[in-house]
Amino acid sequence: MAIISTAGLTRTFSTKAGPVEAVRGIDLTVERGEILGFLGPNGAGKTTTLRMLTTLLAPTGGAATVAGHDLLRDPAGVRRRIGYVAQSGGVDPQVSVREELVTQGRLYRLPRAEAAARAEELARDLSLTDLMDRTCAALSGGQRRRLDIAMGLTHRPEVLFLDEPTTGLDPGSRADLWDLVRRLRDEYGTTVFLTTHYLDEADALSDRLVVVDKGRVAAEGTPSALKLRYGGSIDATLQDTFLAITGRTPAPVDTTPVAV
Amino acid sequence: MSAFLSDTALLFGRYARQTLRSKFQMLFGALMPLLYLVFFGPLLTGLPLGTQGDSWQVLVPGLLLQLGLFGALFAGFSVIIEQQSGVLERMRAAPVSRLALLLGRVLRDAALFVFQAVLVVLAATALGLRAPLAGVLIGFAFVGVLTTALASLSYALALKVSRPHDFGPLINGLSMPSMLLSGLMLPMALAPGWLDALSHLMPFRYVVDAMRAGYVGDYTGTAMLYGVLMSAALVAAAVTVGTRVFRRAGA
Ligand SMILES: Nc1ncnc2c1ncn2[C@@H]1O[C@H](COP(=O)(O)OP(=O)(O)OP(=O)(O)O)[C@@H](O)[C@H]1O
Ligand SMILES: [Mg+2]
Repeated sequence: MAIISTAGLTRTFSTKAGPVEAVRGIDLTVERGEILGFLGPNGAGKTTTLRMLTTLLAPTGGAATVAGHDLLRDPAGVRRRIGYVAQSGGVDPQVSVREELVTQGRLYRLPRAEAAARAEELARDLSLTDLMDRTCAALSGGQRRRLDIAMGLTHRPEVLFLDEPTTGLDPGSRADLWDLVRRLRDEYGTTVFLTTHYLDEADALSDRLVVVDKGRVAAEGTPSALKLRYGGSIDATLQDTFLAITGRTPAPVDTTPVAV
Repeated sequence: MSAFLSDTALLFGRYARQTLRSKFQMLFGALMPLLYLVFFGPLLTGLPLGTQGDSWQVLVPGLLLQLGLFGALFAGFSVIIEQQSGVLERMRAAPVSRLALLLGRVLRDAALFVFQAVLVVLAATALGLRAPLAGVLIGFAFVGVLTTALASLSYALALKVSRPHDFGPLINGLSMPSMLLSGLMLPMALAPGWLDALSHLMPFRYVVDAMRAGYVGDYTGTAMLYGVLMSAALVAAAVTVGTRVFRRAGA
């Protein structure tokens, strides 16, 4: 049984300048315990898709079930089982790191003592222990990003949505996050749905990739299958494969990936 | 139900701590009514106001509602900031009751404005206000209910327009006529017929009349009845609208 499945998921925004078809009918399934890399150029509709799957944005068409609950009929059931780390985060600059983590635990209905213990545990996992009594405004960009991620993990969600989790992280923190994501999957069977523009990250972390472009699924498969099919060989870089899928000008053959 | 109550208490605590961190926020709202009390109140003491009670019993209820009106209508700014920082969306992704998302915030607002109202009444007592305790307490209840309603509407409007430079003028445009047309500063008993009739279209007109009745010890007249009914209708409608907006916000 797929833990996420969508059928014709669509979202059109109406703006003063006319309708914007951000997502135009996405069909996808994600298996339990899978790490899915959700890739696509800027504006492809990744964040919009995530905001629909996390109940934040009503689809204008289509349907989906997430963690056994229908997105439209039972949004509260979906919310209980998912964690979401938004692309631009969401912590109050005036509040301390500890208060944010504990309140987040309480919002997910952990008893007070458990929420406090969980906050310490998350702080250890994301190297925030020394920062617990600072206000969020006093964190560096990467430290704040680690806090955003910790907030999404509070209640050990069955399905974790991460929207560009590692943007702004230093290489060490990035490697730590990769380990953490793998550990969540191995120890707790967490399903992880993540977007990234770092193709080395997608390659290293994902069991399967879904590439979207202009609001539609352009390709999907394991990293090697996509390289073979679109990049010409299993040794192709994911960069060239991605460019071939999204129809952008193919990179000169000897270019090394720009992602660090 | 208990989940709803604990969600509300949790969010109320978060916002109450936020307010307690800022002495400025706690006291500033009381400043304008205090200025009116000291520099405007004495002008009225000898004037025939066409109502029961002395001028302080007429002015103070109006000032308390003015405090609530301006304070609560501007409450929405804070949720625009939370929307921009992503805090609101993070909370909406959590399995928290949507009503609690609203009530946690507006109950903090109501508590703050009742606190400021207490300060104003204490100052007014020093200046010469004499009113029955029960009437004064009923007055605080009206302030609490009315600010709950207005803050809910303010959050709803803020999330609808979502840009601070649209929200500010909109609220100014609403609050000034509401204040003038409700007879908050001077009773509408002084008004010509057309203005009095027009003021009856304003919900606050009934609330201020009820509060003034309370301040002269008249708890069972029609003024009190209409005030209670109007406040109840207003708060029910506003909380319903506000909750709906919290459910849908962010499109
Ligand atoms: N609230 C909105 N109103 C109007 N248009 C929107 C809104 N949100 C997103 N869009 C548009 O929808 C399209 C998809 O946006 P989305 O944020 O989903 O892209 P993305 O794939 O996450 O891009 P990025 O990699 O840059 O984060 C874009 O064209 C964007 O401008
Ligand atoms: Mg995005």
